[in-house]
Formats: sequence, C-alpha cells, structure tokens
Amino acid sequence: MREMLKLFIAVVVFSCLSGGVLAAIQNVTRERIEYQQLKFVKGPTIKNIMEGCSNDPLIDRLKIVDEAKEMNLFVGEFEGKRNTVAFETFGKGFGGELGVIVGVNLENDEIIGVAVTTHSETPGVGSRAKTDPDFATQFKGLSILDPFKIKTDGGQIDALSGATISSRGVCGAVVEAGEIYKRLKPTIIEKAKEKQG
Amino acid sequence: MAKTAVQEFTKGLWAEIPPFRLVLGLCPILAVTKTVENGIGMGIATTFVLICSNILISLLRNIIPKKVRIACFIVVIATFVTVVELVMQAFAYPLFLKLGIFIPLIVVNCIVLGRAEAFAAKNGVVASLADGLGIGLGYTLSLTALAIVREVLGNGTFYDIPVFGPTFEPFAFMVQAPGAFVCLGLMLCIMNMLGKK
Repeated sequence: MREMLKLFIAVVVFSCLSGGVLAAIQNVTRERIEYQQLKFVKGPTIKNIMEGCSNDPLIDRLKIVDEAKEMNLFVGEFEGKRNTVAFETFGKGFGGELGVIVGVNLENDEIIGVAVTTHSETPGVGSRAKTDPDFATQFKGLSILDPFKIKTDGGQIDALSGATISSRGVCGAVVEAGEIYKRLKPTIIEKAKEKQG
Repeated sequence: MAKTAVQEFTKGLWAEIPPFRLVLGLCPILAVTKTVENGIGMGIATTFVLICSNILISLLRNIIPKKVRIACFIVVIATFVTVVELVMQAFAYPLFLKLGIFIPLIVVNCIVLGRAEAFAAKNGVVASLADGLGIGLGYTLSLTALAIVREVLGNGTFYDIPVFGPTFEPFAFMVQAPGAFVCLGLMLCIMNMLGKK
C-alpha cells in the first residue's frame, strides 16, 4: 500500500509541475500567438475583404464583449471615414466548425465581402466554399439583416454543387453575423468614432 | 567501458542515425519531408525535445520510481513538446501551420521515448546531452536529406527556390506518400550497402 501511494504521489507531482510550467509559458506567449494567428490566418482574408482601405484593420481592431464572449472586430477606413467593420463568426459545416469573416458597411448595412477562414470540409468538395470566388461574391451587396438561405431551402444563395451542407454552414455563419451585428452596431459605431477621434 | 561525450554525440550521426540505422521515427519522416523547410523545422523541433527531455530525465533518473518511469517520461516529453508547440506558434506561425499535427505527435515519436528509456535513464547528464544532441542532429540530417531529394525531384525547387528552370516537369509522384516510401526505402538500401563490411 505504501509503495502504491509513493508511485501515485510521484506521478501526481510530475503532472502538477508540468502543468504549472505549461501554464506559465502559455501566459507569456498568448498575446503573440493571438497576433500571429490574426496576421497569418485572418490577415490576408481581411485585407481582401477590405480592399482599398487606408488603414491596417489588424491594428485598428476593437475588442467588444458580446454575450460573455470577447470578439475581435476589424475596422476599415475608406475615404477618411471608419465606416466598415469585419468580424468572424462560425457556422456548422460538414466536417465541423466553419469560420467565416463578414465585412459590413456601417452606413447602409451592406455586406462588402464574405470569406471562409478555417474549415475542415472535404478537400475539393466543401473546401470550394473557401476557394471558389463565385460562391462568396453572391453575398456581396446584400443587406446583412436579410435571412440567408441556400436556394434548396427557399433562399437566395446558389449552393456549391455537391456541398450543400458546407454552403448551408456558410449561410448560417452569415446569419449569425447579422444577429451579432444587430446587437453590437451602436457599440461599434461609438468605439470606432472614439478611435478615430 | 565508458564512452566519451564526443563518442555519444557522433554515434547519432552515423552508427545510430535514427531513421536509417534504428529505423525509428518513420511516421513524421514520411509525412513532413515534402519540402526542405518542413524537414528542417521538424528536425529542429524534435532535437529540442530530445535534448531537453534527455537532460531532465537524466537528472531525475534516481528520483523517478522504476515502476512508473514510462508515465513520468511521457509527462516530461509531453511538456517539452507543448513548449515547442507554443513557441512555434508565437514565433514561426507559418511553419506551425505546415507541420500541424506532427508537432504534438513528437510525444509519441519512438526516438524520444526510446532515448529516454534506453539512454538517459541510465547515464549521466553530460552523456545524455551529447546523446540527445547527436541523435537529434542525425534525425534532422535524415529528414533534410530525404526532403532535398523529394523537393528537388518532386517540385523542382530547393527551399522554395526553383533549381531547374521553367522547362522542368516535376515528378509529382515524389511529393506524394508512395514517393516518400520509395525514397526512404532506397536511402535505407544505400545506407545498408555503405555500412556493410
């Protein structure tokens, strides 16, 4: 029995030490990792959506807490006015969570661009939601407050052939973005002004 | 007869070079050697884990109870692997994205646990350091060698720099999984021929 206890304590002590070390390192690197992820994963997509903006949306990002979840919102400046915002939402795809960045014009609620970021869809089938530019451009110019659905579900978006569930996932994420946008719009405008001022 | 640290170091580079002589660590070597950059990155990550875990396990070899030694070794190794993962995310994010799942999988790399069990648990700190460094460098060299052959033939580039000019038709076969097996097999064959006396 004593021996068992000794072995048990040895493993527990080891695991605790390891946990402590890792927690410390995670603490130190968290900030940098977050920035790197933004830069390499979302950076190019955001630049694409916010084409022609005169600032760096990655630096001019707002952190707003929405329903106990902190969100990064990227503000773009066009013609001297900070009038666009882009943020990421998630929908349910075929292979799991499907991340979508939606850019919205704050003045008329129009979508300026939609792009898939992270996904685990089938390569060559559902992954076209990210790679096929014709799919994402369908959202452009529509109002973010519209209900988005694929045509088979009675909506306005042409689904990718063979990838109905992935297409539905993207629509779901955009609808979700609409909900968040409705809730946060006043806060976004206020904070964006603050930064500019 | 006690070997010197130098001998422990050099044995990893030839006599016990991991994938070719010990035939260990084949899963990552097949998976990540599509490009030289990935090969070197993976090699360095593994070397770091090997050195650190060898040193720590050698220091603790009289404290760790014999019966739970494997569990303790794995905790030590997993800790260092997570450190590598976090640091790589913070400072070399593109490489982290390319290596992906193979970084956490260093935990179950037979080389690391093998050296811990077969060497570090029975030898002093200096010898274990030399052993880890030698085996790690040997592994990096093997990964690089295989990656050079595969990238140059399969993609026509070396470290993303084209080597043959535009008329070269790459052997796409080499960068796919079967190419990795064939290439590794041929290298093993050459190593065995050279080693035969």
